[in-house]
Amino acid sequence: MTTDTSAPTALRHDPLVRGLGLASALLGVPQVATPGGFVRQLGLADGPRQRMATVAVGVRELTAAAGLLGRPHPAWLWSRVGGDLVDLTLLATALRRHDGRGVARTAAATAGTAAVTAADVYAAVTRTRWRTPVELTAATTVAKHPDETYELWSGLERLPEFMAHLAEVRITGPRTSHWTASAPFGRTVEWDAETTQDVPGQLIAWRSAQGAVVGNSGEVRFHPAPGGHGTEVQVTLRYSLPAGPLGRAVARYFGEEPHQQLDDDLRRFKQIAEAGEVIRSEGAPGGKRARAEFPQHPAQPLTEDELREVRS
Amino acid sequence: MKANCWAGPDSVEVRDVPEPALLNSRDAIVRVTSTAICGSDLHLLDGYVPTMQDGDVLGHEFMGEVVETGPGMTDGKLRPGDRVVVPFPIACGACASCRAELYSCCENTNPNAGLAEKFFGHPTAGIYGYSHLTGGFAGGQAQYARVVLADVNALKIESDLTDEQVLFLSDILPTGYMGAEMCDIQEGDVVAVWGAGPVGQFAMDSARVLGAERVIAIDKETYRLEMAAAEGYTTIDFEDVDVRSALLELTGGRGPDKCVDAVGLEATHGATHVRLYDRAKQAVRSETGRPHALRQAITSCRSGGIVSVVGVYGGLLDKFPAGAWMNRSLTLRAGQCHVHRYMKQLLRLIEQRRIDPTRVITHRLPLSEAPRGYELFKNKEDGCEKVVLTP
Repeated sequence: MTTDTSAPTALRHDPLVRGLGLASALLGVPQVATPGGFVRQLGLADGPRQRMATVAVGVRELTAAAGLLGRPHPAWLWSRVGGDLVDLTLLATALRRHDGRGVARTAAATAGTAAVTAADVYAAVTRTRWRTPVELTAATTVAKHPDETYELWSGLERLPEFMAHLAEVRITGPRTSHWTASAPFGRTVEWDAETTQDVPGQLIAWRSAQGAVVGNSGEVRFHPAPGGHGTEVQVTLRYSLPAGPLGRAVARYFGEEPHQQLDDDLRRFKQIAEAGEVIRSEGAPGGKRARAEFPQHPAQPLTEDELREVRS
Repeated sequence: MKANCWAGPDSVEVRDVPEPALLNSRDAIVRVTSTAICGSDLHLLDGYVPTMQDGDVLGHEFMGEVVETGPGMTDGKLRPGDRVVVPFPIACGACASCRAELYSCCENTNPNAGLAEKFFGHPTAGIYGYSHLTGGFAGGQAQYARVVLADVNALKIESDLTDEQVLFLSDILPTGYMGAEMCDIQEGDVVAVWGAGPVGQFAMDSARVLGAERVIAIDKETYRLEMAAAEGYTTIDFEDVDVRSALLELTGGRGPDKCVDAVGLEATHGATHVRLYDRAKQAVRSETGRPHALRQAITSCRSGGIVSVVGVYGGLLDKFPAGAWMNRSLTLRAGQCHVHRYMKQLLRLIEQRRIDPTRVITHRLPLSEAPRGYELFKNKEDGCEKVVLTP
């Protein structure tokens, strides 16, 4: 389960957002009600094409106004930026083909629109949440005693064996460790972490130190499963995802599904706990990289070169 | 080495591929001495199983001689030179499912479990040569094969039984047996088996061993029905008669006490319009199986009876007779075979000559002629019941 806590409610009381919403309304009403008069005010020749364009722009403004005042969301601000660019294009075309009468008013309107564009860009950039706090939870049941299951995790150094993104965890002190992970687009992220709680057989919790690129924290709880069926392992991970929903969409496009990843990580933890190691097939010889390998290696034995790569 | 590979729908090719290497520490490499084509391989051939890739080595029924064991095989259970039969589902032996002897539902052996979970709600075990949905493991229709977690997944054969006598312990004999065992057969039971292919034949043999009074075989291939009749089973040709009426007639109007579906998702039906209806729905993927056998089994079975399903289904069915199932207190049981659970007891039945698995073999071909074997088996040419390949 992924929880996105970016709340657009704060935008409802934002004076800049409300101001831009009102401006949209004030502009949209005359554009839709008296398009001919509006066109003349801009110093343009009045004709059916100009009127139609004006009504269209007016409808767009009223929609943006309704959105910004009724259900504020950064997307409305970005839609205003898009609309501004359309308006500037229309005005620039009008200026180029201008017959001279009232050109000063057209030029003034263009300058005004440019100023509004700047305000819209400012509002959109500053009001968009570029980091989304994410909380992921996942659980598995391991047919081992809670103490054994805890032991396997608490060493930390075996985590990279089953966590797809982790390259290395190095213990640096009694409660501190240094983590290295791979990030999208071939980058590497490193951070220091501190163990905040450690209750043998029950709980491990940790938090990244100040200054981590991706601030994160998490905990693993070990409960005896009912009926003596081993241990229920429950993991919670919290981190702030750079670039918000956009970043998440891009990452998903490149095959990063955080929740699924965590499920897979836990599945491999279970494999290590129960079967002793991560199971590899010819189709998914990379073990923990299985999901990223689709389309996979054919289910046929590997060549010497492929084997070397897998074993490296 | 030579291996029989999937080369797209309706196409298999024997290709040169690398020899298998150890990937996990408890692996073993086996020199394959005998392997077979399974009815479920035809679902792969026909393109009904998703996530097949060009070059996938096929085959999940194989046996051979151990030539190498991994460094983790320290208990001495398996050594080079040992003769082994390999069960088709890969089990870890340690998870809750394996401990409950539900080996084909092993929770640890499918590296693509996340994908399988999307299809089935929960993941299932890895299977050799059976798509990437079941893990992407190379199969055994090859000169050599890798056996995963070999201390759990190989049955050592220490007697002098021939390959042909024990090869089918890998899949079809235990599968047929489980089909009958799930029927909880009581004295005097009439057991009807849909499908007189190899699994159906073994379900019939097993039903008899387990005490069925009468066994009825349902199919349309004359040679398959003759094979069943030769063993003393009653036969119904569904091209000639309406199956339910025939079953009622044979059972004094009660219907069979127990029914086994040994057909699965590519069934055919005696009535053309019914056959075409499901064929069309399957072609546009609005259902993934043609469940004629299952529907008939459910509507024919006596009230309170058991319908046991060992024919393979992969996705969603249409026109499932839930009303008959519910209102007549039927029990529906199913499962990919938990082969490991049955291998030893079936080996004993073979040794005691109470079951003769070789009776279904009609074709013996070299591995190099695997594509012809698939063709014969698929088109039911030349009386083909079971093809054994020798590398």
